[in-house]
Amino acid sequence: MKIGIPKDGRFGEFGGKYIPETLAPAIEELEKNYLKIRNDKNFKKELGRLLIDYAGRPTPIYFARNLTKTIGGAKIYLKREDLLHGGAHKINNTLGQALLAKRMGKKRIIAETGAGQHGVATAMACASLGLKAEIYMGYVDTLRQKQNVFRMELLGAKVHAVKSGSKTLKDAINEAMRDWITNVDSTYYLLGSAVGPHPYPLMVRDFQAVIGVEIKKQMKKIPNAVIACVGGGSNAIGTFYPLIDTNAKIIGIEAGGKGLKTKLHSAPLTAGKKGVLHGMMTYLMQDKDGQISETHSISAGLDYPGVGPEHAFLKDENRVEYKAVTDDEVIDAFLILTRTEGIIPALESAHAIAHAIKISKKMKKTESIVVTLSGRGDKDIDIVKEYLAKNVKNKRKI
Amino acid sequence: MSRIKEKFNQLKTKKETALISYIMAGYPSEKTTLAAVRGLIQGGSDIIELGFPFSDPIADGPTIQMASTESLNSGTKIENFFSIVKKIRKESNIPLVLMTYTNILYNQTYLKFISRAKQAGIDGLILPDMAIEESKEYVKAAKKIGMDTIFLVSPNTEKDRLKQIIKSTSGFLYMVAVFGTTGVQTKIHKYTLDALKNTKNAAKGKIPVGVGFGVSTEKDVQKYVSSGADAVIVGSANIKIIENTPANKVQARIATFTKKLKNRTRY
Repeated sequence: MKIGIPKDGRFGEFGGKYIPETLAPAIEELEKNYLKIRNDKNFKKELGRLLIDYAGRPTPIYFARNLTKTIGGAKIYLKREDLLHGGAHKINNTLGQALLAKRMGKKRIIAETGAGQHGVATAMACASLGLKAEIYMGYVDTLRQKQNVFRMELLGAKVHAVKSGSKTLKDAINEAMRDWITNVDSTYYLLGSAVGPHPYPLMVRDFQAVIGVEIKKQMKKIPNAVIACVGGGSNAIGTFYPLIDTNAKIIGIEAGGKGLKTKLHSAPLTAGKKGVLHGMMTYLMQDKDGQISETHSISAGLDYPGVGPEHAFLKDENRVEYKAVTDDEVIDAFLILTRTEGIIPALESAHAIAHAIKISKKMKKTESIVVTLSGRGDKDIDIVKEYLAKNVKNKRKI
Repeated sequence: MSRIKEKFNQLKTKKETALISYIMAGYPSEKTTLAAVRGLIQGGSDIIELGFPFSDPIADGPTIQMASTESLNSGTKIENFFSIVKKIRKESNIPLVLMTYTNILYNQTYLKFISRAKQAGIDGLILPDMAIEESKEYVKAAKKIGMDTIFLVSPNTEKDRLKQIIKSTSGFLYMVAVFGTTGVQTKIHKYTLDALKNTKNAAKGKIPVGVGFGVSTEKDVQKYVSSGADAVIVGSANIKIIENTPANKVQARIATFTKKLKNRTRY
């Protein structure tokens, strides 16, 4: 079940490279170069240094004593990716890919972003490595994550607000791909999640796998359960991959939005159907004609109708369990963690926390759960404030 | 013999390059689509390429993106599309090609979708996001049903890959003229003409080569015809006319424009 380099770019039946012909040489060049540096000692050393000195790795594993006590079940540990430079796990991948782009002699970097975390992490990596960054961001997301737009601009990146389609993450990817098709020779597309055509899902997983590798080292024994949130699924696959061949129960949490019975969610693994989008075959949210559905999540970073092909594979193999939690449960978890531990989680990461709270109650006190806290929540405080103003009945209202 | 192949054979004896005209089905309405089709036929278009909208058209520029969104917003479903095709088939025997994206087919399974398309009267398929590596099942289904699979090649497609693509292609080969998405361009690049020459050489006369993306004026048509293209494909320019013309005048304006282009296709 643990797939190193996927044959023909496929994880089981999922993945592949469904791309316009103009991109074929670029994808081939990327694949060739990536496979070359994948085992290159110098590359690893250079990236390893950057991850330590620049990004702040390794990140701690923190035993959330107060949260555990409050819930009263299994011990909950947090993998603190929120403490990384930029405030999220995204920098693990952007440093790796920006370094690769530099080696390939590409000077212009484009990227998509949802909540803005990948855009910020791209802008940071590019600033530090002397590359030019242009970021595509859905217009709706530029409005709900204004601060991140300005952060990217401060870091020297150009931000394009995408006004086509649903004006969110998927449309930002569409526009980034169109840019790549147009400027294929000069440009490197730095994809932010474990999605897209091969070799992106492989590459992003490899760069994020440092999360799971550290968890394995830091925990005295393999945890009983490991939980991470899944949008495209990069922090989750990075967490899960090194633990696939252990006994740990592995759980990925999707954005249940206003509930799976409504259409307002972003949960392709729990409520979607197989299809082809953004260069990959995977589970998608779509209507009966195959049109991609507009998604909803309180967290911009999970607001995406598809999911990385390796997750689709791990679901069908029954190795990873995928569940969804609702916006309401997410806000609740956000507030509990903030109050008990003094840690403000990203709304994306609060999805994983919400599920940990649910299952820890049913587990023994001697058991342990590791939750990947993929990012910090400073970017989300306005959304939470607005939500609390509208939902006066919330038990934990401030 | 497929309608497309037959058409190319006929044109060859007349020493004419094929004019392939693209419009988006359901943009802005079914009625206007039918009017535009009549205009295209009246103006002398040789093959009609009907777009079925997809929510995420990554190979399309702003004009066709807009038409896709509008068509979907007006409620175009796959049933409506096939019904438009059937209506056209009642009036004309012109070759009809469907351009859409892979997921639309994948959603119903290739075999089921292609047989429905064939039944409605579609002769060939263009899927800009269907890479040759992923096409085995698709090509197999199309062959079984007798549907032409029109693959795209790009100016940067390498020689061996080109050969491989030609092997899976039937009807005609679609050469993308530019690095970029669909839409109006201002000039014809030298790299495009070089690529056309290479592609023609690789096709060895066994499969016609059409040039599309950014072909919008009589001058463009003339240039590609004189450079040896077997077909020229005009898309966004038609959409622009439809966008800027009152519904009752669409047929006439499209006919006039198409006639002007078609006049330049003799070699």
